[in-house]
Amino acid sequence: MIYLNAFLFVGTICLIGQLILDNTTLTPGHITSLFTVLGAFLGFLGVYESFIDWAGVAASVPITSFGNLLYKACYEGYQMNGVLGMFTNLLSGTSGGISSAIIFAAFLTLFFKARD
Amino acid sequence: MKQEEYQELVKELTPKEKRVSHALIAFVSGGLVGVLCTIIFEILSTTFEMGKSSATVWTVIILIGIASFLTALGFFDRWVKKCQCGLIVPTTGFAHSITSSALDYKKDGLITGLGSNFFKLAGSVILYGILSGFIFALIKVVFYG
Repeated sequence: MIYLNAFLFVGTICLIGQLILDNTTLTPGHITSLFTVLGAFLGFLGVYESFIDWAGVAASVPITSFGNLLYKACYEGYQMNGVLGMFTNLLSGTSGGISSAIIFAAFLTLFFKARD
Repeated sequence: MKQEEYQELVKELTPKEKRVSHALIAFVSGGLVGVLCTIIFEILSTTFEMGKSSATVWTVIILIGIASFLTALGFFDRWVKKCQCGLIVPTTGFAHSITSSALDYKKDGLITGLGSNFFKLAGSVILYGILSGFIFALIKVVFYG
């Protein structure tokens, strides 16, 4: 059941993050950065692919997938274009996420004010 | 201090139970974000007949759009306070950090305010993500071909 797997996968990663947040002095900024690096490392080990097989699209939801995509795009760039490809292809996988976040934020800032 | 107030204070300062409830809330809210994304993905791939990879990217973009929009409307800050990692760890946290810092620093001007503070919180994710992705790819290339 893909919905159950999705729930368990994203829930577990959030749970791990919450446990780190509550039991250490690390801030949310530390945790998201840590998880991004962890995602790249899991991609490097080849584990992340099996997460995608198991949890489907939900594996692309946590911030760990950001690290995995950066690693994957960088390595694929090398296979296509050598060392130059590592630089030119690095951001291709995550471009959708980064660009959309920037564009939405910029347009919304035009129309909305900060609320407290 | 009244008896009830004291009871409330004790309840608030009991750390262990709070940790358990935080963890549970994060687990459930994070899980629901995962389920929501799967629903969006299923709609995109069945109704709009998209391929797997474009439907995945669209799902992430839609999720970021929802998070940014709710941040601008002011709901999301309260939800993030309540769910904490349940909304910070998914990509919603990334979108929320960009939109909220953009809104917060809007008043300081376009360049010195908005421009220079846009990636205030999301910058570390981008920096360390790129750095680690590049380094791991380099290791893979050098040692494994």
